[in-house]
Amino acid sequence: MTATRTLVTARRVLLQLRHDPRTIALLVLVPCVLETLLRLVFAHHLASFDEAGAPLLAFFPLTTVFLVTSISLLRERTTGTLERLLTTPLGRLELLGGYAIAFGILAAIQAGIVSALTLGALGLHVRGPVPLVVLLAVVVALLGTGLGLFASAFARTEFQVVQFFPLIVLPQLLLCGLLVARQRMPAALHAISDALPLSYAVDGMHHVTRQTGASGALWGDIAIVIAFAMAALFLGAGTLRRRTD
Amino acid sequence: MLYGLEGSFAAGHVTGLFGPSGSGKSTLIRAIAGVQARVQGTLAVLGEEPGSAAVRRQLGYMTQSPAVYEDLTVTENLRYFASIRGGEVGDVIEQVDLSAQAGQLVRSLSGGQLARVSLAAALVAEPRLLLLDEPTVGLDPLLRRDLWRLFRQLAAGGVALLVSSHVLDEARHCDKLLLLRDGRIVAQLTPAELIAQTGTDDMDEAFVRLIEAVGADAEPELR
Repeated sequence: MTATRTLVTARRVLLQLRHDPRTIALLVLVPCVLETLLRLVFAHHLASFDEAGAPLLAFFPLTTVFLVTSISLLRERTTGTLERLLTTPLGRLELLGGYAIAFGILAAIQAGIVSALTLGALGLHVRGPVPLVVLLAVVVALLGTGLGLFASAFARTEFQVVQFFPLIVLPQLLLCGLLVARQRMPAALHAISDALPLSYAVDGMHHVTRQTGASGALWGDIAIVIAFAMAALFLGAGTLRRRTD
Repeated sequence: MLYGLEGSFAAGHVTGLFGPSGSGKSTLIRAIAGVQARVQGTLAVLGEEPGSAAVRRQLGYMTQSPAVYEDLTVTENLRYFASIRGGEVGDVIEQVDLSAQAGQLVRSLSGGQLARVSLAAALVAEPRLLLLDEPTVGLDPLLRRDLWRLFRQLAAGGVALLVSSHVLDEARHCDKLLLLRDGRIVAQLTPAELIAQTGTDDMDEAFVRLIEAVGADAEPELR
């Protein structure tokens, strides 16, 4: 694996996005609108806004990066660029590494702007260090890259691939502890939520919301999300077959 | 599917792969590129396994459908394909006559221009082996002539080219012809031999006569 080929791939993916300014605008504006909406919904329950605001910051990169990655890779498969890439010295992990870096940068920009709005104008109050909010968002973006890549292997069309979104992402939203604390769920659901990566990202965000410093538990949550992201990326790499019919 | 193929192509030569659509040209090219599943038998490319790292460093592959990024400019596409192969774009954009479109998004190009971007993406970084699947389809005659000149120049510089086409008239630009039909190689010969054997220098007619001559015993055998 060489850093050069990974980096030129990341640069290429970002250049593709740069030629599509409307998508970039949507990626940043939509989460801002949603956080604002959340703040307005909780106008008379500001404590609830403080509880839900930060975990939602972890959810946005999962949705946006999942969709962007799965559709980008589906396009690579259907237009033949993937086949061409696989006849070059570019390794599969170099390709995926490039995607992960590009979307990690994208997520950092998204999280930076959305957190600035949420923590500033909207008055979200978190006790922990703000950079950790952005770090958690970037880690979730890597997870989104891995899951999106994996989903793209099981779809032939863009219609199919977007249907994986409710299947892979929405159950995680229901079970991550945003609606009901995970400890208060029925035991079976709690066990399932333990096996889903978004739960750990939301645990991490709760930690940043409620506690001043960064404890071992928070770093543990971050490490678990990274481990899930790596596992998804490696599983995804396994779906990139050089030889196809 | 392909059956019992035996053949070779060499450095410094332009080998033409001819046959109707569905005859197996793309499958054979994909097998040599190392991206075709379920290939049986022995196939060596530059003395190595197809698709191996050593081959991939020296291979330029153009698929039949234009495999480039439509949301990048021509130059951005070529720079990317050159840099993952550790080389330079060089004067490839001039060679495929796209200088005027270099800064345009690929999405905005015509079909023929798109095909040339795809060809250029195979040519960057000076590969030693070029696999080109129908590189001249849909191009105007003048440009086709220029591209065949370019292929001859590359061959003269020691590159091995395997070029598929269904425009039989282009056979005269090749050093050697492989004629595929229903997944079998019907003939391997030089253009001069083809003309001598069939007694005509009309390429379409020559192929018809050749197929008629071998057609009787050309029962495909499964392997």
